[in-house]
Formats: sequence, structure tokens, C-alpha cells
Amino acid sequence: MSTIQVFEAALCCSSGVCGSDVDQNLVTFAADFSWAKEQGAAVERFNLAQQPLAYAENAVVKAFLDRSGIEALPLILVDGEIALAGRYPQRRELTLWAGLTQPEPEMAGNCCSGGKCCG
Amino acid sequence: MRFMRDPPPFLFFTGKGGVGKTSLACSAAVQLADQGKRVLLVSTDPASNVGQVFGIAIGNVITAVPAVPRLSALEIDPQAAAQQYRNRIVGPVRGVLPDAVVKSIEEQLSGACTTEIAAFDEFTALLTDASLQQTYQHIIFDTAPTGHTIRLLQLPGAWTGFLDEGKGDASCLGPMAGLEKQRSQYKAAVDALADPARTRLILVARAQRSALREAERTHEELAAIGLGQQHLVINGVMPETEAAGDVLAAAICRREQAALAQMPAPLRSLPTDHVALKPFNLVGVAALRGLLDDAAPPIAAAPDAPVMPPAPTLTTLVDGLVGSGHGLIMLMGKGGVGKTTIAAAIAVELASRGFAVHLTTSDPAAHLVETLEGALENLSVSRIDPHAETERYRQQVLASKGRDLDAAGRALLEEDLRSPCTEEIAVFQAFSRIIREAGRKFVVMDTAPTGHTLLLLDATGAYHRDVARQMGEGAHFVTPMMQLQDRERTRVLIVTLAETTPVLEAAGLQNELRRAGIEPWAWVINNSLAPAHPSSRLLQQRAASEMAQIEAVSSHHATRWAVVPLQAEEPVGVERLRALARH
Repeated sequence: MSTIQVFEAALCCSSGVCGSDVDQNLVTFAADFSWAKEQGAAVERFNLAQQPLAYAENAVVKAFLDRSGIEALPLILVDGEIALAGRYPQRRELTLWAGLTQPEPEMAGNCCSGGKCCG
Repeated sequence: MRFMRDPPPFLFFTGKGGVGKTSLACSAAVQLADQGKRVLLVSTDPASNVGQVFGIAIGNVITAVPAVPRLSALEIDPQAAAQQYRNRIVGPVRGVLPDAVVKSIEEQLSGACTTEIAAFDEFTALLTDASLQQTYQHIIFDTAPTGHTIRLLQLPGAWTGFLDEGKGDASCLGPMAGLEKQRSQYKAAVDALADPARTRLILVARAQRSALREAERTHEELAAIGLGQQHLVINGVMPETEAAGDVLAAAICRREQAALAQMPAPLRSLPTDHVALKPFNLVGVAALRGLLDDAAPPIAAAPDAPVMPPAPTLTTLVDGLVGSGHGLIMLMGKGGVGKTTIAAAIAVELASRGFAVHLTTSDPAAHLVETLEGALENLSVSRIDPHAETERYRQQVLASKGRDLDAAGRALLEEDLRSPCTEEIAVFQAFSRIIREAGRKFVVMDTAPTGHTLLLLDATGAYHRDVARQMGEGAHFVTPMMQLQDRERTRVLIVTLAETTPVLEAAGLQNELRRAGIEPWAWVINNSLAPAHPSSRLLQQRAASEMAQIEAVSSHHATRWAVVPLQAEEPVGVERLRALARH
């Protein structure tokens, strides 16, 4: 199974409520993250404010920070390679990378139920 | 004293800065040691005057107090503990990661939460060390952890995949990632706190409405999480005997009795003690033994009436504020120092000089400001209710962004939303609507965000600014921090009292503002006895002890300063507020 690592910006609270506005993406991701863990995915979160050493010791992450700065976080590595940067992954993406079974289609009965026609 | 009867092993004294927690803790420690008990006194007082009180150097190792058999003491510096913690986290990456990255990490770890958690970590060892509890029958603390800290430690969600795995993933508890103890130890510490057979909490307040309101909040918050055994001590009560010959002493006496008569109902059910105001700061073992003595202390021969050096008045500060005829004036300081009164006095003085002024307050009991509504033609008044603003913000976040969280995640988000930062941010957002008026008139506010909050808010601001610049539309992007850094537009005045702890706390606020690139414009020393010329000996002696603090402010902390005397009558209404500025 692939390992997913999510390197986040420095957050005082992982919920992000300490900021000027709560980042909906962060709150959503918190939920998706715990869902993926429950499904058995090998997924890890890193908070720059709490584990900076993990950023410094990973050559890919360090080079990314040197080049693009903290504004470009979060950075998502899958098996050590950059899979995504600048936004949090969606549940669909976590599923794909971790090789989990696809979740049941949410809107059974409409045109998407076959899983094909909507692309 | 009821709080000294059948004391359990742990005694915690809690209350806001300057109410006398440390003096009471020292005094209780001496009394128990005198009774033959082996006692450890633990102080986190930033003034760190416990050593001075006993005439020895203490520091962060347990030290025997020679003057009091069976008594040992220990000083914990929460700031130093927080710094050590920051160094543990940031040290290894300094010079490795880009400077901007290191800076952003440090700021995230510079909030009140970090300091609190670091201090709690130090307590944890003392509360759970069995050998320590064999050596000492009582351990006395001059502070207590806040409800926010304890609740966080109790939330199961806060620990998921956290300390157990040594990985940070949680909320305001984040700072604990750098701490080394195990979850079981923190749990044992919280259990000890909540056990009435082991822990007594002593709420310390002065006989003032704001101090009593704060004690009520602490009482309810800590009772709700299981700290059931609580006592109340009203410290520094003006003795009625002093009221006879002195207008000021009589007025203080009246005001204190009125505040006590209107004491919040939840506090009334607590076992309560009153401790009389003493003429001197409590230094030396004899003075400490006298503090809890019911017999009136002998008042030493009065020194020569204190000679107050010529001190600038609030009016002279206002002369310097007039400038371009508009701008933002923010009063900053700890609760209870009189920010609202000083804000109102400045607003009245400016309006009296013909300027358009908007005075806005977040004081929950702002009857003072309400009396000004419509009193002067060019003065408008508004109120922001911090509780309503915070609640609205909380509900908005929970309803929109917490919608899809599971129970544990939601509990954690709710607790994060109870952090002190949240209230500050919610109130500041409400204020920022009013700040815009400062381009046309004077806006006077009785509160300001701390430097830490500004830096956190600006982290997003800086990013938006960059984006706006790149998109070529960025000339008018002003973050709250940019507004406050602009000395032409904004003046920050620090309000304090002429007492040791309040002055230290004010200096702490100033340092934090400087970290955010904001230089306070002036300091105001409020409720000073020295320029009030009391005739009561007790008050004269207290006035004399103010001199060192006034000196510290005028020659060390402030570039501009003013002293406002303690008033016999409550400064309500235009006339009295004007007199306050012009005394």
C-alpha cells in the first residue's frame, strides 16, 4: 500500500480557528483524513509548527520550501514523490492514492450511478 | 481564615494579576509550616518576588527557606518554560529551513496557549510525583491552570494519534507535541486537580465589580469540569476605621461595600474570607504572618507624605493626540485597570475641543459609556458585546465548517473555539468595521488585539497582499496590522496601575506589540493614590510605595506618560470625565 504524507503550513490549531477565517478546506480535510485512516490507509499529517524537523529532513519537502515558500503548502507526497501541492486532497484522491476501494457512489439512481457517464 | 481549615495536600490560588495571589500563597505556606507541616511553595509569579519576600535566591530548583523551618520554595518561570519548549522545536531547523519559515513557526508557538501548556507541564511533575508528596504534606501554588487547558486535556479527541504516537495533530494542544511526558501523567495530574480530597482552589479577588465578575467566571468554568472544592478570598479590603478621617478612603470603602453587596450569586455560596488592606507590600516573614491575622496590623509611623514629582496629566497627552484631527486611538491593558474610563475621558476631552469623536467599548458593564450617549454634540458612542460577538462567530464556524465532522472532531473544534484567541479575533472583526471611520474622525477604543493575534491575522494578510500586488490591483490593501503599525493613523496607549504586577504585565504587552512592529505611543497610570493626596495613613503609605512603579514607567517603559489620580467619586458623566483628564 502507498504511503501518503501531508505537509501542512504552521497552524496554531489544527482546526485553523485561530486564523482570521476558518479554512473550510482544512475542516473538510480533517474529516477526510480520519475517514481514510479508519479505512486503513497509510496517511500521515505533519504540522510545520510542531514537527519542523520532518520538513527539514525530507529533501523533497525542503527543496519545495526553499523554492516556493510556506504560501505554497500544503504539500502531499505519495511514496515520497510530489503528488499535489497548494491545496488539500479530496477524499476521492486519497482513495485513489491509497488504493482503497472506491466509496459507494453517493447519488445512486441518477445518471452517475453507473460511474461512467459523468466522467 | 476558612480557606486554611483542614487544607488538602494541594492548594491553588487563582485570580487576575495584582490581586495578591502570591502574597496569600506565601502567607498560607508560612502558616502551615508554623503549624509543623512540611510545605513546598511553588510560584509562577513573573515578578518572581518570592525569593525577595523570604530574603533568599530561589529559582527553578527546590530551595529550603532558612527563615521558616519546614518550608521550601520553587519558582517556575512560565515564559522561560515556553522558550525552552520553542527551542526544542525550532532549534534543530534554524538555518536549515528558510528564515521566513522559521519565523512563522516561532509565531505560532508564541501565544498564550503555549505558555500555559508549558507551565502545566511543569505542574504535572509536581502533582504526580509520589516521592515529592511523601516529603511535603502540602504543595501550594500561586496560580492555577485555566479551564481551557484542563478541558483540552480531558478531551479524548485531543489525544487521538497524538502523544501516544508522539505526533502532533491536535488543536491548541499542539504545543504539547514538544513536551515529553506521557498521556497517563497528564491524566493523573488532571485527576488530582479534580479530586476534592487532594485539591482546594482558592479564588482571589478584590472588592471590585470587574474582579468579582472574573472570579465568578473562573469559578463556574472550573466547577463545570470538576474542581468542586473552591473558596473565595476578598483581598485588600479597605478597613472601615480608615474611612473616618479621609474622603478618599471613605469613598473606596463605600464602593467596595457596594461591590460586595452586588456580588454575583454563584460566588455567595462559596466559603469566603476577607483580608484587610495592608499599608506595605508584603516583604519578610513577619509581614506574611500578619497578613492572615485577624487582628488589625500595627501601622508603622507614617513616612513623610509622599512627594509626587510633577506628573503629566491626561490633558497633556490629548494635546499630542490632536494632530491631524482624526485617527484611531486604542487603549490597551489587562482587565480591571480602567481602560474604558480612560477611553471615555480622552473621547470627552477631544469632543470638548470640537473634534468629531466615536467612542466604542467592549466593556460588558459599560454604564459609564452609556451615560455619554447624546451628552456632547460631536460625540457618538457604540458598544460591542464580546460574548455575543464570540458566540456568533462560534455558531457560524460550527454550523458552516464543522458540519461534516464526527463527534470527536466536533468536540475539538468547539474547544478550540473557546480559546482566548477566538474571542479576541471575533471582537476585533467587529471593531474593524468601526476602524474605517478613523479616516474622517477620531475613533477611541477601549481594547486592542494583542501582538500575537495581529501577527497571526497578518499571516493571511501578507499572502493576500502578495497576490494583490502580483495582480496589479494592490494599492489599497490594508490589513489590521498595517493600520496599527501606521503611527500617523493609530496611537496605542497602554493603561496600567502603579503596582508591581500590573506594570510588569503592561511591559509584557508592550514587548508583544513591538514584536508586531507597533510602538505604543504613551502609558497611562490609572487610579494612582500618590497625586490624590490622601490623609489616611494607610493610603499615604500605599501612595509612597507607588513611587518606584511610577518611576519605572516614566523613566524605563514609556516615551510619553500620564498619571490619573484615584477618584473619590466614580468618574461618570461629562463633567467628571473632563475633570479626570484635567486634574
